Amino acid sequence: MFNLAGRVAIVTGGNRGIGLAIAEGLAKAGAAIVIAARDKAAGQEAAASLGASAMFIETDVTNPESCYAMVRGTEDRFGRLDILVNNAGIMRFGRAEETALADWQAVLDINLTGAFLCAQAAYPAMRRQKAGKIINISSLAAIFGTAAGAAYASSKGGLVQLTRSLAVSWGPDNIQVNAILPGYIESDLTRRAEVERPGAFDAKRARTPACRIGLPEDIAGAAIFLASDASSFITGTSLTVDGGYAIQL
Amino acid sequence: MTAFFTAKVALVTGAGSGIGRATALAFAAAGARVSAADIAIEAAEETAALITHSGGTCLPMYADISDAEQAAASVAKTVAAFGRLDIAFNNAGISGGRPGQDDFDEIRYDRVMAINAKGVWLGMKYQIPEMLRGGGGAIVNMASIAGLTGVGALAYTASKHAVIGMTKAAAVRYAGESIRINAICPGAVDTPMFARATAGTASPPAGTTGPLAAPADIATAVLFLCSAEARFITGHPLVVDGGILAG
Repeated sequence: MFNLAGRVAIVTGGNRGIGLAIAEGLAKAGAAIVIAARDKAAGQEAAASLGASAMFIETDVTNPESCYAMVRGTEDRFGRLDILVNNAGIMRFGRAEETALADWQAVLDINLTGAFLCAQAAYPAMRRQKAGKIINISSLAAIFGTAAGAAYASSKGGLVQLTRSLAVSWGPDNIQVNAILPGYIESDLTRRAEVERPGAFDAKRARTPACRIGLPEDIAGAAIFLASDASSFITGTSLTVDGGYAIQL
Repeated sequence: MTAFFTAKVALVTGAGSGIGRATALAFAAAGARVSAADIAIEAAEETAALITHSGGTCLPMYADISDAEQAAASVAKTVAAFGRLDIAFNNAGISGGRPGQDDFDEIRYDRVMAINAKGVWLGMKYQIPEMLRGGGGAIVNMASIAGLTGVGALAYTASKHAVIGMTKAAAVRYAGESIRINAICPGAVDTPMFARATAGTASPPAGTTGPLAAPADIATAVLFLCSAEARFITGHPLVVDGGILAG
């Protein structure tokens, strides 16, 4: 049902956290994996941990040239590109009135523009193959306002609209584009945030109907589904993976 | 795929045709033992024969799921035959005619709400206690993109909004007890119900003009929502519409 044998996937920011869990999930389902990230050491280590059908390509998703090189490198090694997971992202906290333009820009550049540039770079290969899957890792911050994270929430909301637009635009090419909206997940990103601003884990757990914080592995299953033929009629949608957080007050 | 639902027991309502039949077949192919309930018993028996023929296990049964006693009986018979209930797909429903026609016909409204909305409510009412006894479970309720928009016949649209609402409310209530409850929102699907609803129309009604899904396209999404891969997904109305809502 969720077999990805013979498929080739790029996971941006796949060297840790949710990205690594997705890369592991797709690999377990049979896909060859390209870990695309800035951090060379962590990226190579992650690729090595996935076995022989995985490689690391040093990538800066904010740089169009780097995104095209990422796709070229993938096709050179594996001969095709079936799945793009736009997962690379950063968080910067701060009240809106105190947010520096550089911080706002950095978040938008990586979280939103990065996904757009990677999708642009992946499109020619997917169109040629007359098939493709693009999965954008958004966030519940796309639905809810965030007092100390206007830039993050805006970037993730933008990602949902990018998802819809690409789905409509590339549907005739048989490219399905969907977003995953993870709830609060225990990852490197949120563990670091917990150090800076303690209490979020407890608060989120208390509000989650499933009574727990999500784990990166919880997101992998949704990515496998959206990367597989089992979801061939699903496009332009946003799948919340949040233990019911979005439907609770 | 066979390993996905081995040792699981799934109850599918409206299993005699269309999406219900495709999903019952898919569950059986993935290793589950299946109860196939339908108001058309011959159709349920046909579904069971298809499953048995491929080496699966299926119990066909008559059930009018808008009737409390029969909804309860569908669960009781499943547990009597298979010992447990892990999965329920509350799929049975009717279209309620064409948009704009008989929108304020009271008999029609009551009938559509009784089957599409109350039928799902009754299903959950009797399925959840059995799942609690078994330590958890997964329920998928049949909604529609009409549950998220204003397309479709008035009563149908109202009933599908109700399904999404009760799905969310039940999901919040039972998430802490390992029961996940989601809804599925297909666009236009190539089923007997869709053919009847659109038969004889010069141009397809609004909301039915997009690409046509096969019942199997919906079945795979239902199986995903009931699988361990979806273990952190609950209260979600999963849209399977070929991108209609996105644009």
